[in-house]
Order: sequence, then structure tokens, then C-alpha cells
Amino acid sequence: MGKIEWAMWANEQALASGLILLTGGIVGVAGQFRNWQFAAYGIAAGIFICLLEYPRGCKAKGNGVQRPGQYCLTVCVKAFGPLTRNYYIRALLHAALCVPGAFILCTVLGCVCLAIASIIYLLAAVRGEQWLPILPRAEPREKPGESIKEPPQNPPPRPPAEMRRKRAEDMEGAAYTNPMPVMPNEY
Amino acid sequence: MYCIRHEPLSVIIKIKAFLNIVIEFYYFFLQCCGRSLRKPLDKNITFHKCVAYMIALMTAVHTIAHLLNLEWFNNSRDGEYDILSTTLSALGDSANETFLNPIRSTTTTPTYVAFTTIAGLTGVIITLALILIITSSMEVIRRSYFEVFWYTHHLFIVFFAGLVFHGAGRIVRHLETTDPPHNTSFCKDQPLNWGNIPECPIPQFEGGFPQTWMWVLGPMILYICERVLRFIRYMQPVMYRKIVMRPSSVLELQLVKNGFKMEVGQYVFLNCPEVSQLEWHPFTLTSAPEEDFFSVHIRSMGDWTGNLINMLEKLPEGSQGPKMAVDGPFGTASEDVFDYEVSMLIGCGIGVTPFASILKSIWYKFKESNPKLRTRKIYFYWLCRETHAFEWFADLLQVLEKEMTEREMRHFLTYNLYLTGWDSSHAAHVMVHFDKDTDVITGLKQKTHYGRPNWDKEFEQICNENPSSTVGTFLCGPENLAKELERKCVEYSDVDPRKTRFYFNKENF
Repeated sequence: MGKIEWAMWANEQALASGLILLTGGIVGVAGQFRNWQFAAYGIAAGIFICLLEYPRGCKAKGNGVQRPGQYCLTVCVKAFGPLTRNYYIRALLHAALCVPGAFILCTVLGCVCLAIASIIYLLAAVRGEQWLPILPRAEPREKPGESIKEPPQNPPPRPPAEMRRKRAEDMEGAAYTNPMPVMPNEY
Repeated sequence: MYCIRHEPLSVIIKIKAFLNIVIEFYYFFLQCCGRSLRKPLDKNITFHKCVAYMIALMTAVHTIAHLLNLEWFNNSRDGEYDILSTTLSALGDSANETFLNPIRSTTTTPTYVAFTTIAGLTGVIITLALILIITSSMEVIRRSYFEVFWYTHHLFIVFFAGLVFHGAGRIVRHLETTDPPHNTSFCKDQPLNWGNIPECPIPQFEGGFPQTWMWVLGPMILYICERVLRFIRYMQPVMYRKIVMRPSSVLELQLVKNGFKMEVGQYVFLNCPEVSQLEWHPFTLTSAPEEDFFSVHIRSMGDWTGNLINMLEKLPEGSQGPKMAVDGPFGTASEDVFDYEVSMLIGCGIGVTPFASILKSIWYKFKESNPKLRTRKIYFYWLCRETHAFEWFADLLQVLEKEMTEREMRHFLTYNLYLTGWDSSHAAHVMVHFDKDTDVITGLKQKTHYGRPNWDKEFEQICNENPSSTVGTFLCGPENLAKELERKCVEYSDVDPRKTRFYFNKENF
């Protein structure tokens, strides 16, 4: 277990906040609440945050549990380079995104959750963590050596024919003995 | 008719909260109730998760319902709807009137109302606590950063406290009966005449009595009792009888505690304040109830276990270890094991640990000719990838083997070790030493097998050797193996009660 990677928890919290912001926004727009434009913003921001936070990064040890179907988004998020790798920028981004949610009630919960996610990301950034993508590693398959494809050129080494010939005086020694006891199959 | 119909949702949340706390005191119940009641309570974590999902779902529905109704209350107060609605909302402005619409001001926003009412403020706070609990309980966080999960989970105190006070503002109102009564079906069409005609006096409203505390109070008290019990147990002294360092960083602790009674297959929680003040970790008991001490085998798997093992390694010989607190024992006792004439015990990997307790207990009962023991033959299967960290179990089997040989009871226990993680170097090693009397891996007289057992062959052999017995099969291992064994038990059980019959026991150790 050892050191805690705050970014993992911040990621879960941010994803949840995105969903809550999205839900609150849908309620606000569908109910045509006063100042529903903020709710519409909530929908857009919620979708953006979900897309950004869905691909889970890998842990410091290099392994990571992928969310189902996250490969496409991993590639997209990775394409932004340092903007998405650095957690200070993410903390700032989430802090900025949460502000307009504070104006109407539907998105207030999403706003507060996102603010908490931003704080945890800040903590992760201070501890030097980074978002690294989980990419499938091509395992180098162990190829057998080239010489295995060709048949052997020489016979295996043996003593000279003189010694190998069976001798009439030594019938016992010339008989073939099994190295292991041979038994019929029991099953 | 004039109120929002959200009581059903509140009741559902209250019931879920009640059930949630009910399962929190399963430990308490596990000690004193009968075994048949304890068995369903062993699925407590699964139940806890189901209840948690329901609470989350109901909270979402409840919150959305409130978002809608706060907005509508506010609009109604501002006179944006029909005359009936406006009249109802205006009730309470004059003297001798009680209000219906909890929003009294015409110049406010739903957000302001949410944060200035008890219900609104507690609602936001406890929903936030619930969200934090849920995000820190995701499997990724739980498996890798247990402390974050454990300490954040204690926000449930905030959750339940807020839940109890959530209704204190009594903003959900219902119609009071007045004298003369207010005839709603007649009066709804002429709101401007209320107070002027006899059928329609000004309607009076009162707030609903808060009821959440009635649901959660009982379970909360039981949970507090459980935590108090744990604290009392923490204060009880535990003496170290023996501290043994086993191979592969496995620590055996033999402890003695006054009044500690255990049964086979149970587990305890250990807390060592020197290592960590607040953490309690579960360990399966590896000693038999017949012994005058209890023991656990602790493997170095993480921070807590690693630190404990380091600390105890540095201790001088024969001295007492650091203060250790023991809570328990918990879990269902696997007493069924003793009831069968022939027992088939299968332990996979770490699942072999409770069998240490079971095998020792069977051996003690056999030596004392305990009438409770009906077993006369045991087939033990130990499946693991490698014996690393289980050498102590192999030692136990060796001791049992020696004792049985001395009593000429070699056929009482048949054990088969299956190493599922073998490779070519293993195979080569075995080939070279195959003609030795004892096994190269375990030093036992019965040889190690490689790969997985052929269950058909095993079941057939047991049938042939025990033609007229009931065989109990006990497994501590993965689910798919459980399904396979259950099928085989059915397949090889004879309909004829005089012949061999297999009973599969799905025990949760």
C-alpha cells in the first residue's frame, strides 16, 4: 500500500462531480427554471469534465485499472500533453469550471463537489503526481533462435562404433533396461 | 392535496438508513445468536453495498424532487402561477394565518432558501458527505489506499446526524382540521372568497413531526454498543505466549486472553496502538479451541503487517510484545465439519488458513475420543500456486503425519497438495529426486501433484473407498470452483441412501 496517490481519489471525485453537474443541469433546463442558462452551462461543463476524467491514469508503480472503453479517450487526453498531465492545471481548471455552477440551486451540488475535487488535485500536484496514460504494452515475444528452424547437420556425439556394438559375452549388459518403471495406465 | 407528495421518498430513505445501521451491528449479534441466524448475516458486506446503492439512488431522486419543488415554491410565491397557487402561497402573511409555502419572502432565490433553512442546509451537507463516502469507496481506492476509504467512511456520522435533524424545520406542511372545516373540493375554485363564506374559512396548516430519528435511533444505539464493546475489549489485557518468526515473513503469534472462547473457522480483529492507533485488521484464527491459547499467522502484506513484523523481529527472546488488543472472535463456526463420517476439505491459497484450525481441532477431538467427532476419515486438498508463505502449514501437516504414524493411524488423514504454479524448473527438480521417500517441496510423505486436481477421479476414488458413507465437502476458495464441486457432489451422490452421498457445504470462512 504505502504512499497514497491522491490523484486517484481526485479523479473519482471529479468524475462524480461531472455527473452531478450534468444531472443538475438537465433538471434545470428541463424544468425551465429561472436563469436556466446556468443549467445549460452545467450540462456542457458536466459532459466536458466526464470526458476529461473518464480515462484513469496509471499509478506510480506503472500499473493501473482501466475503466471499460477508456482507450479512445486516453489517446485524446494524452494529445494535450502537459495541459492534461499536470495536476496544477487540472486543479485550476476545475476551480474555474465550478464557479458558474454556484448561481442556481440545481448546479450548486456539482459546484461544491467539483471544488473538493479541485482541492484534492491541488494536493496531488503539490506531492508531485502526474497523469500518465495507460497504454497497452506490446509484449516482446520470446522468439526461439534462428537455428531451431533447421534440422541438425550432425548426429549427436557417441562413443566409437567398437564400443557400441553389442557383445555376445555380455548378454545381460546388452539387454535394454528402462530408466523408469513402466506400469500400465490406471485410468 | 395542497402539499408536495414527497413523504414516500423520505420514508424509503429512512428505511434504507435503518437497514444500513442494522447491518452495522452484525458483529454484536454474531456472538450471541444461534448459528442459523448468523449465517445470513455473514453476507453483511454484500448487503451493506446493496443498501448503500439504494441510499445513493434514493438520495438522487429525493434531491431532484426538492430542486423541482423549491423552484416551484419560489415561482408560486412570486405569483407566476394561477390564483389558487398565489393565494395559498400568500397564506401566513397576515396575522392568525399559518403558512403553507415555506418560502415566505418574495425577493429570494431557491439557492438562498436552501442554505438558510435547516432542511436545506443539512440536506446539502449530508449529500456532500454521502458523495465523498461513495467516491472513496470505489474499488480502486479501497484496494490500494485503504486508509483513505476507512477514514472517509467515518463521515457517516455526519450523514446520520444531519439526517436526524433534516426534518426539524417542519417545512412539509399538512392541512389542519379547523372549526368549521375547510371544504377543499368546493373552495379550490374560489380562493379569493376564503374567510368570507362559511364553507371556506382560512385553511390552517402545521408542519409534519420529524420522524427519521424513530427509524435510526435503535440501530444507532446498537452500533454505539458495538463500538463500546470493542473499546472494552481494547482495554482487556492480552499476553503473548509465544512469538515465532516463520519462513517467508510469516509471523505466528500465540496469545492468551482472559475469557476468550473460540470455535473453529473464526477470525479476530487485532489492533496494535504502537503500529497504528486506529486500525483494526482481521486475521483468521489458526489454533484449535482445545488449546489454552489462540494463535494467528500474520503475513507481511502491507504497511501495518510489515511494521508489526519489523517491530517484533527486533524484540529480544522471551520478552512480551507491544500492547495488542483483540476484538472477536467473529464469523460462523464451521462445526458441521465434525458431523460427517467422511470429510472432504478443500483449501485454495490463503483459504487454507481456517483449515489449520479445523485439522488441529479434529486431531485433538480424535485423540480425546470426543463423542462430538463423527469423522473417521479426512481427505484434505490443498491447492495453491506456490507454497511460499505457507511453509508453516506444511510444518503442521508434518506434525500431524508424525503423530498419526506413531498411533498407526496413517489413513485417517489423506492430504493432497496441488501446486498450480509449476514450471519446467520445478518439473526438472522433481524428476531428479523422484525416488526419494518424502516430497521435495513439503517434506511430506505424500507427494505433491502439479496442476489442478482431476475431480472426477477424486470423487470416484472416495466413492470406492467409502461405499456407504455420507461425505461432507467443505471449500474455502473461489466461486467457480465452488460451482464445479457442487455439480460433482450431485453427480457422484447416489440416490440410494445406503451408498455414498456427497453434501456440499458452501461455508464462508
